[in-house]
Amino acid sequence: MHPLKYHWPKIQRIALRNRQEVLRSGLGRRELFKMGILTSAGYLVAKTGLSAWASGGCNEGECELGCSPPTVRFKDPLVIPPVLPLRDVNTDPGFTFSPPTTQPNRNINPATGIPFEGRTQEHQFRDRFPVQEHFITRMRPNFNATFSDWPANLANIGPQLIWGFNLGGESASDVALSPGPTIVSRYGNPILIRRFNELTTNTLGFGVPEVSTHLHNFHSGPDSDGGPCDPNTGGFSTNPLVQGRFFFMGQFYDYYHTLARAGFDTPQFTDTDGDVRETLTTLWYHDHRVDHTAENVYKGLAGMNFAFNDFDTGDENTGFRFPSFPQFDIPLVLTDKLFTPEGELCFDAFGFDGLIGDKYVVNGKIQPFFEVQKRRYRFRILDGGPSRFYELYLTNPSNPNQSIPFFAITTTDGNLLPRPVRLTKVRLSVAERVDILIDFKAIWNSFGNPSTIWLENRLRQDNGRGPTNQILPPGNPNNVLVEFRLVGPNNPTDNSFDPAPVSFPTVPCSPDDCVFDPICLAVLPSDNAPAQEDRIRITRTFRFERGNGQWQINDQFVDCNNFRFTVQRNTAERWILQNNSGGWQHPIHIHLEEFRMIRRNNQQIQCGNVEFGRKDVARLQTNEEIELIMRFRDFRGGWPMHCHNTVHEDHAMLLLWEVADVGDNNEEP
Amino acid sequence: MAGMTRRMWLASWGVAPLAGAATAWALAGKPGDAAGPRLTPRQRIQKYHLLNVELTTHEGKKVRFYDDLVKDRKVVINFMYANCEGICPPVTSNLVQVQKMLNGRVGRDIFFYSITLKPEEDSPEVLKRYAELHGVGPGWLFLTGKPEDVEALRRGLGFAYSDPVEDADKSNHVGMLRIGVEPAMRWAGMPGMARPQQTLRTVLFEFDSPSLRDIPIYESR
Repeated sequence: MHPLKYHWPKIQRIALRNRQEVLRSGLGRRELFKMGILTSAGYLVAKTGLSAWASGGCNEGECELGCSPPTVRFKDPLVIPPVLPLRDVNTDPGFTFSPPTTQPNRNINPATGIPFEGRTQEHQFRDRFPVQEHFITRMRPNFNATFSDWPANLANIGPQLIWGFNLGGESASDVALSPGPTIVSRYGNPILIRRFNELTTNTLGFGVPEVSTHLHNFHSGPDSDGGPCDPNTGGFSTNPLVQGRFFFMGQFYDYYHTLARAGFDTPQFTDTDGDVRETLTTLWYHDHRVDHTAENVYKGLAGMNFAFNDFDTGDENTGFRFPSFPQFDIPLVLTDKLFTPEGELCFDAFGFDGLIGDKYVVNGKIQPFFEVQKRRYRFRILDGGPSRFYELYLTNPSNPNQSIPFFAITTTDGNLLPRPVRLTKVRLSVAERVDILIDFKAIWNSFGNPSTIWLENRLRQDNGRGPTNQILPPGNPNNVLVEFRLVGPNNPTDNSFDPAPVSFPTVPCSPDDCVFDPICLAVLPSDNAPAQEDRIRITRTFRFERGNGQWQINDQFVDCNNFRFTVQRNTAERWILQNNSGGWQHPIHIHLEEFRMIRRNNQQIQCGNVEFGRKDVARLQTNEEIELIMRFRDFRGGWPMHCHNTVHEDHAMLLLWEVADVGDNNEEP
Repeated sequence: MAGMTRRMWLASWGVAPLAGAATAWALAGKPGDAAGPRLTPRQRIQKYHLLNVELTTHEGKKVRFYDDLVKDRKVVINFMYANCEGICPPVTSNLVQVQKMLNGRVGRDIFFYSITLKPEEDSPEVLKRYAELHGVGPGWLFLTGKPEDVEALRRGLGFAYSDPVEDADKSNHVGMLRIGVEPAMRWAGMPGMARPQQTLRTVLFEFDSPSLRDIPIYESR
């Protein structure tokens, strides 16, 4: 390998290569100028804008923006992940060899020489909420996954290795899927999910076969939260086998979730098994192996989790009457990927800015299409990362300047809003989820009978530091995530809830709104509340900083051996998050319970905003300060707060805190 | 592309963040096809990140970075320079403690490498003095080389900022540790300024993992 090409920064190299390609194509400098592609210095303005041209100039094996092979879009139907089936705990061979117990099975498995189970702590509150539904899933390699099944695309990006989750069967024919099967749970039915690590040694160049599956953001004990690392497990041990969070090939790990609402162990809500207002709706699960989360999730270890309840039933004839699951209630897992010029999925484990891909992959396929009836649908949209932010629009390709509305029924973290909000765009950072209702019949009738509608990302982002401020013009097929094709009769059956007449701004909003009664917003904790559960005990400030390319929070680095501070159980706190890291943006995720964002840069977050409600990710933009209020109820133990740009997270933008019966008074921990 | 004119298409890709025009592909041809067998993922990592440049150790020995230092090994790599007054001394001192806690393993199955950012100033003799001053034990090499080789290595190992202005300031250099198990294609990064106990924990999570059981890894002796 001749090192000469490394003498220039990568951007310049790519720009030069792009330029050579463009010049070879016969377009003049003037034309390029007019098109805004060439700067006066002769470099192409965006290293991202010309991938189709640049790919010819990429070297073998190069994992760079613009080096992925070209693909034809809208050729694959949207894949809807199957639902993870229930398993009989008494007869399924995945359970009978080691029935799931509250204590972990730490006996040595003679076949592997390591404990059967990776877990080292007991399940909290399992006696109070006995398991009613058992599931199994196995993380496996899938050597024949395709990102598109269209022949011309397959020729460029062939069948290849990914990691995923299967439907729980032992047989090799039960292949791993990515996104993994959707876990459908119901409040009141506690679940246990046995996850097997049946991965194999990494042969792809990235991905570490050690896993910790986080159910983002369920209210779970540390034993089942799927966190990165924990000083409470294995003490200060440096032995990977006793650290108790991630588990290894040949091991399983039993994750237990109470399916009770937060507050169930406080005096106020003991009788009701929690506060109904804390009902969670749209969650996802993903790997959280400390230091390797980004590559493992990118390789496929993620899936959705829907939590239904007596009001949001999954049936459009009952309760809130949201469009029926599964036919009209559809997950959209948005990711962006890079491929080598030879068409192999690649990941730069040496980069620390974050990874931006040049292929949109939705539910595992490149720019799919989805045939929809002319009626209302519920889409549960997830920014699956690793680093891209999205600003989503609906576009009519035959008239891109139309402003097409949709309705958010949840905040940007998948929890019901006090009143639906009519939007024409919504911004998501990594790990944020939003449930939107799209009324294709209304769109058909109001926007000139369009046969297709695009879900388009118009936010320009060139690197992992964060998006630019530029909103791209509408109607560019390159920016389309999914093409919706409107098919079928003009008046199909639709018994679902119509958000239009009750949504903001058609109806003025108020902080006391509760369209989805009884899942209203709980009263905010305050400084002088009489009950300790409702009282803000302390205000803590967290400065997210960067120095010498290293992430710091309040001048300190990541530490898996120590908790930074102790929160008092069943109290509330006010946290101030400050982004002092220069031109970077960070989706800050806090485990355990939801929070409410009160202010962004001293501006009160008002009703009518999709951030006015329960959240678990705070999109902390350049130089911003966010004030949030959060409760810490029920469980004891340790959880993290971290950046969910998973590449930043893997470079230690993470701290650990604990909940105990007595809290500390550290205001700048 | 159906339904789009060439002009519309050209106008579109100037602002588009994503790829996908088959027409342009035809202009360029597909790399790799004519070149015979493709690079394996491990070869790709070597080609783009673990350059096989010639370096000189603080003991004056000539070595090749990939062949002699990294291939088949468990390694911890950082960048520093001898007269650095910022983070280099504390990072070195952290690593010295980690080296002690590793109890003789450094030089046996774990290797530490500190590469200078100022090869024009840091001769092997200078680096030797630096190592002695900090009480560095055996099995940890300080490395210098031709400036262009060291620069290529730095970029390949991911110690460069994407912002060229930021990157030009050596006092603000990336203070990260690159922790890798080369034959496993397993690479992590962490702050060099983290507490030594945290570095030890991370290093052992990486290096003592049962996932490495079937992978042949170099040990001296």
